[in-house]
Amino acid sequence: MAAANAAARAGAEVVLVDGEPTLGGQYYRGTPQRVDPAVEHLAESAVWAMEGLRLHIRTGAADSPHRTGTVVDADAVVLATGAHDRVVPFPGWDLPGVYTAGAAQTLAKSQGIAVGARVVVSGTGPFLLPVAESLVKVGARVLGVCEANSGTGWLRHPRAANPGKMAELAHYAGMLLKLRVPLWRKTAVVAAHGTDRVTAVTIARLNPDWTIRATRRIEVDAVCVGHGFTPRLELAVAAGCALKDGFVAVDERGATSVPGVYAAGEITGIGGADLAAAEGEVAGAAAAGSESTKSLTGARRFAAALADAHPIKPGWQTWLTPETLVCRCEEVTYQALCAATDLDAAGVRTLKLTSRVGLGLCQGRMCGRNATELAATRLDQAFFDEAALHRRPIATPIRLSELAETPLEPQEDP
Amino acid sequence: MKVTIDGVEHTVEPGQTVAGALLRLGRISWRTTRNADRPRGVFCGIGVCFDCLVEVNGVPDVRACQRLLVDGDAVGTS
Ligand SMILES: Cc1cc2nc3c(=O)[nH]c(=O)nc-3n(C[C@H](O)[C@H](O)[C@H](O)COP(=O)(O)OP(=O)(O)OC[C@H]3O[C@@H](n4cnc5c(N)ncnc54)[C@H](O)[C@@H]3O)c2cc1C
Ligand code: FES
Repeated sequence: MAAANAAARAGAEVVLVDGEPTLGGQYYRGTPQRVDPAVEHLAESAVWAMEGLRLHIRTGAADSPHRTGTVVDADAVVLATGAHDRVVPFPGWDLPGVYTAGAAQTLAKSQGIAVGARVVVSGTGPFLLPVAESLVKVGARVLGVCEANSGTGWLRHPRAANPGKMAELAHYAGMLLKLRVPLWRKTAVVAAHGTDRVTAVTIARLNPDWTIRATRRIEVDAVCVGHGFTPRLELAVAAGCALKDGFVAVDERGATSVPGVYAAGEITGIGGADLAAAEGEVAGAAAAGSESTKSLTGARRFAAALADAHPIKPGWQTWLTPETLVCRCEEVTYQALCAATDLDAAGVRTLKLTSRVGLGLCQGRMCGRNATELAATRLDQAFFDEAALHRRPIATPIRLSELAETPLEPQEDP
Repeated sequence: MKVTIDGVEHTVEPGQTVAGALLRLGRISWRTTRNADRPRGVFCGIGVCFDCLVEVNGVPDVRACQRLLVDGDAVGTS
């Protein structure tokens, strides 16, 4: 949105393509947004492939076979496909009643639904706090927020001086106090119990490496988990953009390694909604051949400091039992993954083919990173080809019948 | 708006997703997995995990968390 507005202000002809029915992405969903009237907004429109600066789009209700196909050729493209929650597996994480933190947030914000009456939020990162707040607002009782890290390191971080963001975090911390939601540091939900739905969780006190020190059990009817975010990189990888540390590499104008392709928001680094918008403004202006005066340095530093304070520590791997699912779609257990690595599955592709991990409907979006980390530990070697995790020829699901009837060239205006 | 869910008619507000409507009815799972027959409902809530699949107007494998209900929709769970 910010990129589209900036590009339109700079005089470019702008098309904003978004898979959602309403503007705003993950953060502003549920609160109506407006975009510059000069911007053409294609809502409910999924970009399923990108060839050079050509976008292949399907417009219509999600997963409907009756969507219409269009092709857009652009002089420049700004990618801002965002991120989804990362969740590390634990016994019982596949039970109904276990949600990602983002799911709980989205259901609260856009559907007004509380995922449970007695809820625990668990994971790491500042995002857990607004999730707890949203849950309380829709009537859930949040028994506590488990933060696996000590969660205060960033306060002392010399680079973290960003008054606006600090105030926002202080606001959430104050809000939790007011709502009487305890924040349990160095703890995590390490198992969910129940037969057909979650009825209780095991909460562990953690060592700094996330191995378990002590546990207790509490009754809940829902648990919301989030261990940071995984960027949605399919389109950027399809476009050939170089990656750096698992994100799209960009210069200070948002330009990627591919001429004409820019990137902004969470796919360039996790930084929250304000930073994403600022990056969008810079990249949008640059894509339109103009320049924004906005400086991103301070906000990026703060984001980096926050990320440093909320790492994913390898001790999560000790929470698993042999029966714990690693891949939810293909129902691959930890045991099966280990068996595959013992056959020397020395690469993401081989690992997939021998264990079937990541070959299900989500195409490894949920499990890819966890599975590669587990395999790397098991094989005592890092075989981490970040691009291989995100290489999906079709960026977003479309039906075979749609693929068959899809136009390959831009259509003339009638 | 009127929709049917597993053959039963329900009145829903515009803007509700299929998942939203099911959760409001107190249903937290509505499909079972292929191998182990385990129950599944919403997990990611944003169209990424494919746990929440339903049938809408006879078309299978529609993500309930992404699909907005429209008047007259017929939703089927497995
Ligand atoms: C569920 C969820 C809830 C969040 N809530 C908060 C919060 O409360 N506070 C906070 O600071 N941060 C929150 N975040 C983090 C959030 O991602 C960022 O703060 C901010 O929304 C990032 O903006 P963005 O533009 O990078 O990505 P997003 O806001 O994620 O926007 C990406 C957009 O791209 C669209 N898209 C992706 N792929 C395609 C495609 N192939 N074709 C067409 N459209 C596509 C998506 O539909 C989406 O609308 C949340 C993240 C998630 C996943
Ligand atoms: S809940 Fe994950 S795709 Fe719908």
